[in-house]
Amino acid sequence: MTTPLLKIEHLTMRFGGLVAVNDLSFDVHRGEITALIGPNGAGKTTVFNCITGFYKPTEGRLGLRHPDSKTYLLERLPDHHINWKAKVARTFQNIRLFQGMTVLENLLVAQHNPLMLASGYSILGLLGSKSYLKSEKAALDKAVAWLERINLIDRADDPAGDLPYGDQRRLEIARAMCTDPVLLCLDEPAAGLNPRESLELNALLTSIRADGQTSLLLIEHDMSVVMAISDHVVVLDYGVKISDGAPEEVRNDPRVIAAYLGVDDNEVAAVEAEVGL
Amino acid sequence: MTQANTPSSTEAFDLVKALKDAGFAGMVTFGLCVPIVAFRAEQDMANKLVLQQRWWMALVITGLVIMARFLFSLHQHSRRNEHAQQAPAGTLSALALIKPYLAPLGFGFITIYPLMMLAIHGPGGSIKWIDNFGIQILIYVMLGWGLNIVVGLAGLLDLGYVAFYAVGAYSYALIATKVIPETFPFLGVWAFWICLPISGLLAALWGILLGFPVLRLRGDYLAIVTLAFGEIIRLVLINWVDFSNGYAGLSSIPRPSFFGIPFNASDTGFAAVFNLEFSPIYRTIFLYYVILVLSLMTAYVTLKLRRLPVGRAWEALREDEIACRSLGINTTITKLTAFAIGAMFGGFAGCFFAARQGFISPESFVFLESAQILAIVVLGGMGSLFGVVVASIALVGGIEILRELDFLKEVFGPTFDPSQYRMLVFGVAMVLMMLWKPRGLISTRDPSVVYKERKAISGSMVQEGHG
Repeated sequence: MTTPLLKIEHLTMRFGGLVAVNDLSFDVHRGEITALIGPNGAGKTTVFNCITGFYKPTEGRLGLRHPDSKTYLLERLPDHHINWKAKVARTFQNIRLFQGMTVLENLLVAQHNPLMLASGYSILGLLGSKSYLKSEKAALDKAVAWLERINLIDRADDPAGDLPYGDQRRLEIARAMCTDPVLLCLDEPAAGLNPRESLELNALLTSIRADGQTSLLLIEHDMSVVMAISDHVVVLDYGVKISDGAPEEVRNDPRVIAAYLGVDDNEVAAVEAEVGL
Repeated sequence: MTQANTPSSTEAFDLVKALKDAGFAGMVTFGLCVPIVAFRAEQDMANKLVLQQRWWMALVITGLVIMARFLFSLHQHSRRNEHAQQAPAGTLSALALIKPYLAPLGFGFITIYPLMMLAIHGPGGSIKWIDNFGIQILIYVMLGWGLNIVVGLAGLLDLGYVAFYAVGAYSYALIATKVIPETFPFLGVWAFWICLPISGLLAALWGILLGFPVLRLRGDYLAIVTLAFGEIIRLVLINWVDFSNGYAGLSSIPRPSFFGIPFNASDTGFAAVFNLEFSPIYRTIFLYYVILVLSLMTAYVTLKLRRLPVGRAWEALREDEIACRSLGINTTITKLTAFAIGAMFGGFAGCFFAARQGFISPESFVFLESAQILAIVVLGGMGSLFGVVVASIALVGGIEILRELDFLKEVFGPTFDPSQYRMLVFGVAMVLMMLWKPRGLISTRDPSVVYKERKAISGSMVQEGHG
């Protein structure tokens, strides 16, 4: 097996006395869709926030290995470098688009860093240099290509806040993809989508995987999405990993069933002994 | 309910109710006016209090209130009917018809404004119109455009903007009166042109210095710290007498030259060189064009920056800072550039202000100035450059106009001075704006990039920023 893209080792995150994530280790493999699932409050979003730099983990190591075998330790990078240098992009559970900016502008903001370099930190841009205009054109083309791919090209000039919910979800994914990530972290991408939109989302995510440049890590409650598209599932409960494997294995794991469905009162002791709690 | 909402049924105007409301408002006003307006105690020559009766004045005020209340009822009624019928498309298309000509017309007007005033009022009478109206308004337009970068685009509420104005003004005053005569006396006539970029850079530096400690603050906290920063600068200028001459201020600041030719009555002065009769009006007209060019430069740079990645990052920061961080935007640097560039334009304006006045003191840089500049930006709305121009004309020009309303003395007596009511007018204007146009005069946002069709973005979508 090839080396994993992201190797999470002994990740622990404490908020005061609360241990949100406890000694968590798992791998995200290159070219796969990895799903992180678990009941509410299991610590999934905390793991995401650690990976994407919004929290600094209390303990642990998050090693990201690029295809050119450059390695980044995410827990040590300043938060804007996680996207710009380490190429990890994310979306949010409650959509965070730039609502008052147009759909097209949203995708251009995502290409801020390369454009900033091309504009010579605004100086060449102010002077209207040819090289900047060329890279701006390239950025627009890339944005338009993504809009065509997510079927929003007709709404390019509308404010993002005007889009229906499902379109906003897709736009947020496209915005994250405009940063050319090697790892895309999606926080509940299917939340609030109807079954048809959910199927479209599955198609979009599998097509991103098929492109081969980006691996995906997603948090999801919708098991139809998780089981249909993911290659690898990690299950968290109370900040601890309780299962890790292919979707089929995880689905039949008694510990997962216990965490999700609970067990009869008279079986608690037996199950706990079995799962080693 | 359904009846009222159908387009066909417009409500009939209830005259009796409107008159009743107006009468009631009049009664309340009259009741208030009796003790406050109708009786007035004045000291006579013998220092005795004499009760004056001014019933006619109370009646005039009551009449005005009755009329205003009645007109308000009429206005509300027509607005309700408009809602019922939807807005007629005709009025909008008429506005759209003028719109393309608005910019060139306005530009043409401000370019020939001083010459027009000169033609109308003659060399003596036109100074007031060019200086008090033209130059004064343009200074505030420039300050408004500078602050607009910080508040309107980046969404960082800055209540201490006047500090950078002061830094610019004192930089010029100190360099031109102390440094240049002692070290490079031959540069004397060029002082303004040399100090202009220096003032801007120093102000930008102070912008960055202020920016660093406040980066972590948002909203109200940011506003309070910037307010304090403005006061600190002013208090230092007052108390560090050796440096800034304290309350007394700095005087005989060199005036700008016409690119090396001074405006004076000497043989090498502007009038003599160009074979004109000496008059102070030439300098005033020249100053007008200097500030005009400076403000147009501010507008040009702002418009350009808005279409560059840094400008888009400012607006994105105003919309959602967390999303910006997730997209790899360095929010620290982005905020600092907004502070620095906004402050730089404040510095330019300050340098110009010192050169125009020839005298500056900390009195010119009080909090009220910051408040007025911020009011211009807020009234203008949404980071709109055009809105700032309209708001400056209304606020600065409107307050200057109060001085011209001499006919009011006929109504209210010779001691009535309308300009004393400027703060009252200012306050009422603000309240009315917040009621009718809470997002400013121009309440739509213009997108920075267009794919097919330019659509204005409604103000209700756009965030105001959280600091």
